[in-house]
Amino acid sequence: MVDGVILTVIKSVVLASVLMGFFAYMTWVERKLIGRFQARYGPNRVGPYGLMQPIADLGKMLQKENMIPEMAHRKLYIAAPFIAMTCAIGAFGLMPFGGVATIPGTDWTFHLYIADTSVSLLVVAAIGSLGFYGLMIGGWASSSKYALLGGMRAIAQLVSYEVAFTLAVIGVIIQAGSLSFINISNAQEHLWYVIPQFLGFLVFFVAAVAESNRPPFDLTEADGEVVAGYHTEYGGMRYAMFAAAEFINAITLSALGAVLFLGGPSGPFLPGPIWMLLKIGAFLFVLIWIRATLPRVRFDQLMKIGWKVLLPVATLNLLLTAVAVVYL
Amino acid sequence: MLNQVKGFSTTFRHLFQKPITQQYPEYKRPVYPRFRGRHQLHRHENGLEKCVGCSLCAAACPSDCIRVVPAENTPDNRVSAGERHARIYEINMARCIFCGYCELACPFDAITLGNDFELSEISRDALVYTKSMLLEKPALRTPSQAVDPYDVPSQEMERVLGMYDITTATNPEGAE
Repeated sequence: MVDGVILTVIKSVVLASVLMGFFAYMTWVERKLIGRFQARYGPNRVGPYGLMQPIADLGKMLQKENMIPEMAHRKLYIAAPFIAMTCAIGAFGLMPFGGVATIPGTDWTFHLYIADTSVSLLVVAAIGSLGFYGLMIGGWASSSKYALLGGMRAIAQLVSYEVAFTLAVIGVIIQAGSLSFINISNAQEHLWYVIPQFLGFLVFFVAAVAESNRPPFDLTEADGEVVAGYHTEYGGMRYAMFAAAEFINAITLSALGAVLFLGGPSGPFLPGPIWMLLKIGAFLFVLIWIRATLPRVRFDQLMKIGWKVLLPVATLNLLLTAVAVVYL
Repeated sequence: MLNQVKGFSTTFRHLFQKPITQQYPEYKRPVYPRFRGRHQLHRHENGLEKCVGCSLCAAACPSDCIRVVPAENTPDNRVSAGERHARIYEINMARCIFCGYCELACPFDAITLGNDFELSEISRDALVYTKSMLLEKPALRTPSQAVDPYDVPSQEMERVLGMYDITTATNPEGAE
């Protein structure tokens, strides 16, 4: 906590609220963009350009019956969406949006990030992986075969891609010599790591798509095979929380990509938060573009890509980086 | 790999293309000239009903949705041009399959199928159309002019209508 307790609490509340709003309107952006990618309009009935669609969706979700399946493990069933949601929002907390800012008209200064530790990257990876407990518990506690299969798939997918993901990120850590997001983004002042770490960036990106459960790696909720995967038995706001957690994970991974490979909040002319949002937006746009283009992979293909392609490439990238850092 | 790139460029190009969606309640696509929609009972020019209550339409109906109860025409109550008229003429739209056999069976061209396809109701009773409802002119579902010059499907419509020597600028009712 760089700014003391009170300011940190205020910043956390602001960040969490802004993140939820950002998520809500990203669902609108995604539906609009997917629509245009497919030569249709997307939502355009509620409000101008369908802008009230997220609010209408929320209203609908809130009206739904709070149903719990009879055979479900009640406590775990209720806890699962909260685990997923808490971890999704928590992982975003360490993202830097710039350096020190001054409140206009005063000489009060505050930092544009909630906290900076020497192990930021580890914390984000740990909280992010913790969120998968929500999926597994949700899948198991609903006592439905499809939910269980979806939850198991989620875990198998996470384990496969977390390895390649971490190896790809270690290249950046070696080059920057730090695990702190602030130091990593400062180290990219002259050259974004997307150029020297290009292999690592590719592996990171594919693994990030898989970890955020987005198409073409959304096997945990492949509707043709396991209905809706781990959230088959969930409805109303509980389902909405799973959906929100998943989308916020995608936003977090986009932010992570922006910090690790695109220089984080640094950039000319515009202030840090704007640059950060632009870079997150660029990542999200590509994620949506991929969703509109590629068909879902089979599960054996998913495992093959994870272990036989991404892992060797990430290892190669790690070795090359290590050699370059030591001998150059 | 090249194919993947091709796929991505295809979807990206669609971003800049005008969506082909027809915004339904605002834009109603013209129906084809031989479209079979809601029925209409016709009158002679002097106001008398064409229907003489012969029940041939009810006999021809495969889904048995037409009910005709005839009555004699009397000098002080002359409804149709023939000896008898339809005292009750009901079509149950919930059962009707819009096959048009009633139109074919009718010896006096008293019943035809029109262009109106917006027939949904919130109760089944409302779907039983009475004679007075069927005698009214149905809503005209063919727009009197092309709505949107960029609308590709309407251009397709022009082409199809051209084959029948009709354009969307004229009223296909005239082809009745």
